[in-house]
Amino acid sequence: MEQIILPLLIFIPLVGVVIIALLPEKLADTIKGVSLIVSFITMLLSFAVYYWFDPVASGMQFEVNHTWIAEFGINLHLGIDGISLLLIVLTTILTVICVLSSWQSVVKSVRGFFLLMLLLEVGMIGVFCSLDLFLFYVFWEVMLVPMYFLIGVWGGPKKMYAAIKFVLFTMFGSLLMLVALLYLYFEYYAFAGEYTFDLLQMMKMPIAGQVQMWLFGAFALAFAIKVPLWPFHTWLPDAHVQAPTAGSVILAGVLLKMGTYGFLRICLPLFPEAAIAYTPYIATLAVIAIIYGALVSMVQKDIKSLVAYSSVSHMGFVMLGMFALNLNGLEGSVLQMINHGISTGALFLLVGMIYERRHTRMIADFGGLAKVMPVFSTIFMIVTLSSIGLPLTNGFVGEFLILLGAFKSLQVWAIFAASGVILAACYMLWMYQRVVFGNVDNPENAKLLDLSPREKLIMFPLVALIFWIGIYPKPLLDRIEPAVKDILKYVEIAKTESEFEKSYEFVYRDTTSYELLVTKEEIHE
Amino acid sequence: MTDYVSALSIDFSLIYPEIALLVAASIILMTSFIRPVARYAPAIAGTGMLVSLFFAIEQWGNAKAGFAGMITCDNFGTMFKIIFIVAAGLTLLMAIRYFKAKGTERPEFYALLMMSVMGMMVMANTTDLIVMFLGLEIMSLPLYIMAGMHRRSLESNEAGIKYFVMGAFASAFLLMGIAFIFGAAETTNLRRIVTDFGYIVSHFGVYLYTGIALTLVGFAFKIAAVPFHSWVPDVYQGAPTPVTAFFSVAPKAAGFAAMLRIFLFGFTEVAILPELFWVLAVLTMTVGNVLALRQDNIKRMLAYSSISHAGYILMALVVGGNEAISAAIFYLCGYTLFNLGAFAVISHLETRRGARSDFSELVGLSRSNPYLAAVLALFMFALSGFPPTVGFLGKFYLFSAAVRAGLISLAVIGVMNSFLSVYYYLRVVKTCYFDTEEGQALEAVPFGATTFVLLVITVLGTLGLGFFPGPLLEYSKAAIFAFL
Repeated sequence: MEQIILPLLIFIPLVGVVIIALLPEKLADTIKGVSLIVSFITMLLSFAVYYWFDPVASGMQFEVNHTWIAEFGINLHLGIDGISLLLIVLTTILTVICVLSSWQSVVKSVRGFFLLMLLLEVGMIGVFCSLDLFLFYVFWEVMLVPMYFLIGVWGGPKKMYAAIKFVLFTMFGSLLMLVALLYLYFEYYAFAGEYTFDLLQMMKMPIAGQVQMWLFGAFALAFAIKVPLWPFHTWLPDAHVQAPTAGSVILAGVLLKMGTYGFLRICLPLFPEAAIAYTPYIATLAVIAIIYGALVSMVQKDIKSLVAYSSVSHMGFVMLGMFALNLNGLEGSVLQMINHGISTGALFLLVGMIYERRHTRMIADFGGLAKVMPVFSTIFMIVTLSSIGLPLTNGFVGEFLILLGAFKSLQVWAIFAASGVILAACYMLWMYQRVVFGNVDNPENAKLLDLSPREKLIMFPLVALIFWIGIYPKPLLDRIEPAVKDILKYVEIAKTESEFEKSYEFVYRDTTSYELLVTKEEIHE
Repeated sequence: MTDYVSALSIDFSLIYPEIALLVAASIILMTSFIRPVARYAPAIAGTGMLVSLFFAIEQWGNAKAGFAGMITCDNFGTMFKIIFIVAAGLTLLMAIRYFKAKGTERPEFYALLMMSVMGMMVMANTTDLIVMFLGLEIMSLPLYIMAGMHRRSLESNEAGIKYFVMGAFASAFLLMGIAFIFGAAETTNLRRIVTDFGYIVSHFGVYLYTGIALTLVGFAFKIAAVPFHSWVPDVYQGAPTPVTAFFSVAPKAAGFAAMLRIFLFGFTEVAILPELFWVLAVLTMTVGNVLALRQDNIKRMLAYSSISHAGYILMALVVGGNEAISAAIFYLCGYTLFNLGAFAVISHLETRRGARSDFSELVGLSRSNPYLAAVLALFMFALSGFPPTVGFLGKFYLFSAAVRAGLISLAVIGVMNSFLSVYYYLRVVKTCYFDTEEGQALEAVPFGATTFVLLVITVLGTLGLGFFPGPLLEYSKAAIFAFL
């Protein structure tokens, strides 16, 4: 079972894709049923992985390694640690929820929609499992295609602009990443004399400081666009607002995490020296993202774009925690990735639910929903508070750890970042107040139906997770810790080495030039 | 080492594939006026191609030279022979239905197609410049006629004449270049030139370099490298679609076969060539991509896109070496499949009355012809280099060759170009899937047997080689020059 469970996780949704592709369009209910069953089985399987996962062991688990393209040294190398485990579980849960949430809202080309949802799941799980950089790149790109269609076919009025912008932004970064990947590949060949894209092998290779700076830059650009870090965020509001509800949930819940996951999995262990050198810049961008995202959210008239901009702010926290480069910061960063997936995913679902009822998302069109839709308003309150980071909700644990970590190493940045927590309370609560409280001014709002059983079913697991992580985050943190420690090991080594080199730099330079002189003379003779 | 140039050594087994094509073409021509037999022209052509393919595969792995050094049969040439036949075979499948629907079915077309392929084979299988020129002319003359196949269409006529004038112009350059090289080296055989290179350069360097420059210009016309590309859009748009499809793949591959042979086998020691090719490659891919961005006709868009693909392949000539050659061959194999696939869909849609292949005709294709739309989208993703299609692996291999040679800037320009290309390839997908019908809805176009087979081959090839590129990679690595 150890050997096949990760391939199965990728393969089961793929089987679902094939089955749905073969079903005729007319059997809409069967198609929905198949995709629900398939995504549900995948979710159960990911729970099994969570159950079998050994929380104390460090290193990769459930590793599988098969040759794919022997000529290039490309392997189907899969494996997970605590970070990928949690992200995979998040992915499978959100996919089931998205399938359920699209049950009635999707009427146009049902087959295509559910087929793409499952294909997206294949790509997402693949990215989180891959330990071969080529494979990682393939899954990374494969995911673009279904998302492009999800936005473009089922999106809002400006869907075409949003879809192509999403693809072009991501492609721009990932193509430069491809060049960096190739450079790394030949660098490894020069080092070890064999061609491989294996991440674990590459981690053993020392890379010169200057080269690290360039490679880190290329990878970081790709990931920063995906996160999105300010100023690369401009695709996000368009994509989130135009995408259908399920698309927004997956985008915010999982796709953004791929950027931060890439930083964690590739940038930090491979280029630790560069990561240390870039820290002030990235931390600055992260703080700008936190404050800018919050300020822009505050003035949004559309609830969905408010939630979209709040993502920019929240992902800024994740980046800040990561580049604190200490245990607390990284743990908080990983936990906040999960939290953001849950809270923002839930917010997008709630926005989708009222949009289905009223066909508007403008804050001004609502007011007084508390009287008409009490269950909705309660859940909305819980999710809002979790997004703000109130104690006892998941958001608090993550943001607290991040700020704790940041205070240790990036004090000035942390002080500015902390203001983001207050700003979050401003825009979220103000929005909540205008939508839910007050009088029912608009007669159309008076007849709104409260949540149906299906919608309650969708929201229940998310609310449960919000409280579970908020009250008892230990199981998650236990699994994150060894993985984070593994990554930090590389950073620690680089830290000590750079201090060592600084003190000896002068001597170093002299010897190299002297050696060069000698060899040149030898050649002349 | 045997001196193949002095020994006569006539060995017909070296040219069995060419002979097979010639025989089949002759049968078609001689029987074309007998109605009942003429109907079977495509079948005869297909049989001829299969026989030729069989002989070509037989030649794999035993490198030989013959005919006083005029013909060289090595894995490099054989690989190209196979590419040409596959391209011609797929074109044949495309043409049957297309010309029937247009009412311009003529048996001569198939004969011309095969003769053209025969010329390409000669081009790829020689180290002698004059034989290469002969091959080029045998290839080009049928192509001129094929471009003007639609006698009653003004655009097709224009395409034919334009292609002919430009082609003749390029041939003149090439021939002049060969004359200069002959003047300097006293031979047209690259093998002799390679051996005596130092002597030739020191005594007649100016003439040799002039000759090389003129040859380069001649071939740059043939593969439509910028700034020698201006004939492409009109010719591609005007010619009947299967012919355009063939143009975009086979003559280009033949041009590359000759160029790789001349510049990476013959004149490897000319230091300035990689820099020239660098400029040529960057210009070709960038201009091709930029001009493709705003085309309203799909055939015209694909014409510019084929220019940019030639730019990517030109990177191999900058890099040089066996790895670059196999990368170029791998790319050409993939490109043959998905580019012909894309044209197959367009040509299939053109069988409707009054179709002109404008973008607006694709609106709502995903509703009326869901399978056709999905296949077209797949080819567009392959053209723009998305994994897991062979288009991605081809680019990956080419760019990796550039990075390995330390040409990072070239690789970056290359990937930025494929970034640009994403925009216009996805525009096709957008038009099929996202645009909602206004006015006339597209009617469903039923598949014919030939189109079905054609699409199955190209789709399986595009995806299959993307997932399992191993065997093809091995063959492209083995497809290098034999130094006989």
